[in-house]
Amino acid sequence: MIKFFRMMGRRALNLVNEAGGMILFLLEGLALAFVPPFRPRRILQEIQFIGVKSTLIILLTAAFTGMVIGLQGYYTLRKYGSEGALGSMVALSLIREMGPVLTGIMVSARAGSAVTAEIGIMRITEQLDALDTMAVNPIQYVVMPKLLAGLIAVPLLTAIFDVTGILGGYLVGVVLLGVSPGIYFSGMTQSVVPLDVNGGFVKSVVFGLTIILVACYKGYYTEHGAEGVSKATNQTVVLSAVLVLAWDYILTSFFM
Amino acid sequence: MIQIIELHKSFNGQKVLDGANLTIPTGRITVVIGKSGVGKSVLLKHIIGLLKPDQGQILVDGVDISTLRGRSLREYKKHFAVLFQGGALFDSLNVFENIAFPLREKTRLSEAEISRRVRLRLEQMHLTSEAEAKFPDELSGGMKKRVALARAMIQEPEIILFDEPVTGLDPPMTFTVFHLIRKTHQDSGYTALVVAHDIPEIFSIADQVAMLHKGRIVACGTPEEILHHPDPVVQSFIKGEVDFLEG
Repeated sequence: MIKFFRMMGRRALNLVNEAGGMILFLLEGLALAFVPPFRPRRILQEIQFIGVKSTLIILLTAAFTGMVIGLQGYYTLRKYGSEGALGSMVALSLIREMGPVLTGIMVSARAGSAVTAEIGIMRITEQLDALDTMAVNPIQYVVMPKLLAGLIAVPLLTAIFDVTGILGGYLVGVVLLGVSPGIYFSGMTQSVVPLDVNGGFVKSVVFGLTIILVACYKGYYTEHGAEGVSKATNQTVVLSAVLVLAWDYILTSFFM
Repeated sequence: MIQIIELHKSFNGQKVLDGANLTIPTGRITVVIGKSGVGKSVLLKHIIGLLKPDQGQILVDGVDISTLRGRSLREYKKHFAVLFQGGALFDSLNVFENIAFPLREKTRLSEAEISRRVRLRLEQMHLTSEAEAKFPDELSGGMKKRVALARAMIQEPEIILFDEPVTGLDPPMTFTVFHLIRKTHQDSGYTALVVAHDIPEIFSIADQVAMLHKGRIVACGTPEEILHHPDPVVQSFIKGEVDFLEG
């Protein structure tokens, strides 16, 4: 029994230790964005990797998500004679929740795992040590551009998700199931208020930062060779997804 | 001159360095030998500031670098370069960009001047212009070491640290790398610390040899003195005796 509590206590301490480490890592990374050299080219490269190269998966996910919400929503609303609210339902679901959350999870799976693997391999092959010995701060060179890219790219991807999802819902609701296009869009414009859009935006910023922070941290502190990189990559995807969902609840409770 | 004074370092309760003492003379090649896992690379990492000692001092021209932080540590690092065991070339950059990297980061030289210096180093390392556009994963082990040496040399450092520079290379490439170390040392006069266990080949470039055993330097002298050292531990290592390796 004592052994169990000791183990649980050790795990809790490790968790707190890691959380503290991540916060310090984040603060250092963001602070170094204001210290020259500012590395605009590297930031743009990372925006391309994290943002541009995730666009296709975001478009596909958004399209099918919008279509599913459209389909499910139509048949649910029809029970109450409220098919006209389909546009509002699709838009609010996407802008408030599905857009930021699914964008976050997709970016975590695609870019987050790749970032962890890249930095982890740099760690185990001593490339980060090589930067350090050349008096180049590895956090400023490797991590900071990725953090800024996550902050910029994820909200933009979320916006793309929202628009694509709304069009997906339009395809199903209006084109296939016969809802009036005017009613679809007018319902949307009446029910979506700035608070919804702002809330979705804030979520996407927080999710983007969280995902890239976890990815960079896990890669930076990888140990034990190739197996360590594999483990770190796995942990990034799982931890990012859990944190995205946890943050989603916390932020939703602020905006409701 | 680099002086290591009573250096102690442990990892997870396991003692790796236990009062190591060593003087590395300016402008000479010092080789540290010892069996695998004895702590040679740990010793080297202390000198380049990647590790901090639990106790002891590391004096470089009288300055204790183990106490340096932030800007002063960065300033210190400008005086030396490291050749890591695997080369530590940056995967996302090709050969040219890898060698040019320190100049682009640390100087305001024009691209034309950077190109000139990079090509000079490539020639010095017997690398053709076709190698410039290759990425590290397209290079052989020997080529990686030569590119890494070119990247280290282009900074014109006062001190170069070599972490097992010929591990994994075939005999002809081992000879080539040692020859390049000797030649660049003769041309530039830098202070070198080489961590290796390639006996007796490493003795051909060494001015001073030190042996690390159980966390301490147990012998230090010229290659000739080490080859005839009376300590049975040193003799066992040089002869590659099994009892010692299992000890």
